[in-house]
Amino acid sequence: MKTPAIRALALALACLPFAAAADTVTVVTSFPKEITTAYKKAYEAKYPQDKVEILNKNTAAGIAYVREQAAGTRPEVFWASAPDAFEVLSSSKLLAKIGPGNPAIPAKVGNYPVNDPEGYYRGQALAGYGLMWNTRYVKANNLPEPKEWADLVKPVYFGHLAISSPSRSGTTHLTVETILQGEGWTKGWEQLLAICGNSAAITERSFGVPDGVNNGQFGIGLVIDFFGLAAKNSGMPVEFVYPSVTAIVPANIALIDGAKSKDAGMRFIEFTLSEEGQMLLLQKEISRLPVLPSVYAKAPAGYPNPFGGKIQAKVNFDSNLSESRYYVVVSLFDQQVTFRHKELVAAMKAIYDAEKRLGGKKSAQLDEARKLVLTPVVDEKQAADPKLLALFKAKKTDAEASKAKAKVEEEWAARAKANYARAVELANNAK
Amino acid sequence: MRTHPGIVAIALAIAAFLVAFLVIPVVAVVYTAFSDGHGGFTLAHFAAFHEISLMRESFANSLYVAGMTVGLGTLIAVPLAYLTVRFQFRGAILVQTLGVLPLVMPAFVGAAAMQLLFGRSGSVNLILKDAFGVTLPLMEGLNGVIFVETLHYFPFILLNLSAALANIDSSMEEAAQNLGASGWRLFRKVVFPLAMPGYVAGASLVFIKVFDDLGTPLVLNVTNMLAPQAYLRVTSIGLEDPIGYVICVILVAFSIGAMGGSWWFVKRRDYALVSRGGVQAPRRRLTPWQALLAYGWIAGMLLLVLSPHLGILLLSISKVWSFTVLPEQLTLAHYATVFTESKQMIWNTFLYCGLAALLDVALGTAIAYIVLRTKLPGRQLLDHLVTIALAMPGLVLGIGYLRTFKGVELPFGGGALTASWVIFVLAYAVRRLPYALRSCMAALTQVHPALEEAAENLGAGRWNTIRRVVIPLMMGGILAGFVTSFITAAAEISETILLTSRESMAPMSYGIYLYFQSVLGRGPGAALGVIAVALVAFGTYVSHRLVAARSPHQSGGGQ
Repeated sequence: MKTPAIRALALALACLPFAAAADTVTVVTSFPKEITTAYKKAYEAKYPQDKVEILNKNTAAGIAYVREQAAGTRPEVFWASAPDAFEVLSSSKLLAKIGPGNPAIPAKVGNYPVNDPEGYYRGQALAGYGLMWNTRYVKANNLPEPKEWADLVKPVYFGHLAISSPSRSGTTHLTVETILQGEGWTKGWEQLLAICGNSAAITERSFGVPDGVNNGQFGIGLVIDFFGLAAKNSGMPVEFVYPSVTAIVPANIALIDGAKSKDAGMRFIEFTLSEEGQMLLLQKEISRLPVLPSVYAKAPAGYPNPFGGKIQAKVNFDSNLSESRYYVVVSLFDQQVTFRHKELVAAMKAIYDAEKRLGGKKSAQLDEARKLVLTPVVDEKQAADPKLLALFKAKKTDAEASKAKAKVEEEWAARAKANYARAVELANNAK
Repeated sequence: MRTHPGIVAIALAIAAFLVAFLVIPVVAVVYTAFSDGHGGFTLAHFAAFHEISLMRESFANSLYVAGMTVGLGTLIAVPLAYLTVRFQFRGAILVQTLGVLPLVMPAFVGAAAMQLLFGRSGSVNLILKDAFGVTLPLMEGLNGVIFVETLHYFPFILLNLSAALANIDSSMEEAAQNLGASGWRLFRKVVFPLAMPGYVAGASLVFIKVFDDLGTPLVLNVTNMLAPQAYLRVTSIGLEDPIGYVICVILVAFSIGAMGGSWWFVKRRDYALVSRGGVQAPRRRLTPWQALLAYGWIAGMLLLVLSPHLGILLLSISKVWSFTVLPEQLTLAHYATVFTESKQMIWNTFLYCGLAALLDVALGTAIAYIVLRTKLPGRQLLDHLVTIALAMPGLVLGIGYLRTFKGVELPFGGGALTASWVIFVLAYAVRRLPYALRSCMAALTQVHPALEEAAENLGAGRWNTIRRVVIPLMMGGILAGFVTSFITAAAEISETILLTSRESMAPMSYGIYLYFQSVLGRGPGAALGVIAVALVAFGTYVSHRLVAARSPHQSGGGQ
């Protein structure tokens, strides 16, 4: 009995998943398996001496992971959508300065720099945010096809939308910031709150939205373009549009400072930016927008081209502003929407019911109810208050600060909840 | 018997292992929850927790979901258990299958499949909408969690209750019947109270499992419960967020409370019967109406319980399944994808779970021997320590490992412990040890000490006796313990999500989770899920066969 067991153990030990002596490029990324597998395969075929290790984490968890590793043992490459994540990493001195890469890649798309002006990260693909819908669902429920964010606030979409929470998904945070910057704080929140009130779910992962739209759980979702395009190109019954208030923002790639094998990491980054690497983005299950303009010539007809002026991006995304208020926006969204979604939906429903009952008649109570629901509990001035911003950036182990922060958040939550309850009451009694 | 120094050394080594990989990580978590960041004691984090209404709400929701699951699980399990044990009934094998089927599928995989069947635009609701214009919110919010968890965990009540019912001496029932009790009254006044220990054990287990479950709420997008909140806190804010640790402490407290409570409940009253299971109760016959009701109930349950399996199977062979009752085009391509892309993950699962289960039965055999066959002072402590592992949520242990072993390097240049696959083996082994230990204890109890004495009288030394007599006699139990540890570890997700740092070292359960997060991943994810289910089902079958093969010894060797 003993010998076979030992032999089995020896065999097991011989095949352990240890990396070979060759250089290993460890890539921390939030990208789905289709993308990472394609790049891993192509890179390893070209550089057989290297091995690519994928570390799939959502953006926030990825930052936390890199931060918690000691210098010299860190992963090589960080590859994700949200530019703020790279700002956070570079301000924590976790990125190596690599400057711009392939000279054929333009410096700017619209007004947005493709590469980090300070040289800590490079744009690897472009991404816009838009609307994706399930054509069968939309038809079965007689919904008009949406074109703009503003369309989604209409009562007809009540219960048919889905959005993720910016605290969980870097791309959703970008969408939210894009709307806030494009429409302004107050109007932006009004739109966001109405959209969320019309949503059937606030999903935990950004992927929960395209996934739910793909299988018909939700009608329409707010998604990053490649989720929609990839699903459509691979035969799902879905459509995707870019609304005019969208920002085209690069998805970035960076070399981590203090990585184990810097050279191999750099080799991988250069590969992703070469013509060969950029071509991979056109694969139908990936469907991302390359940063190398010459690649679009080889793209299938109808492929969106951000350099050709086909996607009109009205918003000049300000990543400094976005980063400075990141924690406040994220926490406010969670307190007012994610964790109070049931109440928000109930309030929206009461308002819609009252509108129907009144048949277009003006009503002061209804206006008041609408205002209560659609006003953020933090106004623009408060959101820019340095004291508040500092509180949210304080060290997490600081018991005093965490208590103070919890108190502020609690206040927001309580106000939001009270507002929604009052709105239901007003709407129900509206005359 | 004098205690052999070698045994003392082994006992100490086991104790050291348990302290390092169970006690210290958990203590680290508890310590962080009470630490003010400068080494002092504080309750500020608990106060902060209490002040956040979301946390209070999550707490209430977790309690509600766990309570409802126990209630609904009871409704399903009690009639089934009573039917099989007390009536002449040909569906007994069906009911047993029913008791095992849900356990072979990880709850979070089931959740994904159930959404396609019972969700907003799932098959059932599409049919209902077409026919009656209504839809049922079966999978909305907490309902969905309760629904999925009930179907997944009711077998714990069923199995424990069935075992307890089978052990009731039929003379008790006969006495009650002679005194004029029958039907519902007989069940309520005599049978159920006698089976109470089994029921309480099952129900408390379900409560803990649901209270701690992370995968199911995450897949269903429910975040306002405690376990998801702890996970969200720790992964997005970082390992330093105190509220995450406060939640962990609450999870631990409730788990230990529920287990301790059930133990106290059983001890409080004397449930011992003079004779036990000696005479099998003559099984009663069902009247035709009762039979119809019974078969109907079982068929309905079987259909419900099978639905996630069916869903995942359909998903794994469907090309497009969107807003239709059934998928449209079928394909086997997803299996090909899985076998070309994810061989490593399947292999990793075998490696980690195999090593963990091996470690478990080695430790389990040793602990069982020390506890039952030696007079080593404090030997019960080992048993109690292992029992603590049963109450430890995977999430808490995972967070504890990340915190405790941060920066610990493996010898021989193996890299950081938390970034290596060894951490999986350790985490799986520690949490599955109670199962293996129970199995080994049961096996050793059935080996009569006289056999060992005989061997020693014939001149065999202690080690020889253990090796040549005790272990071979325990083999059935050891193997059953191995299989149980293996399959439960293969289906584990909470620790796995937390501990996976590289895709190449991820086991299958993480692979399923990962696949489910990409546009075209549902198919391959489901295919991997089907493979996992088949693997676990096969393992369960083997362990049942082993236990069944062992049973004849029970009457001859044990008592």
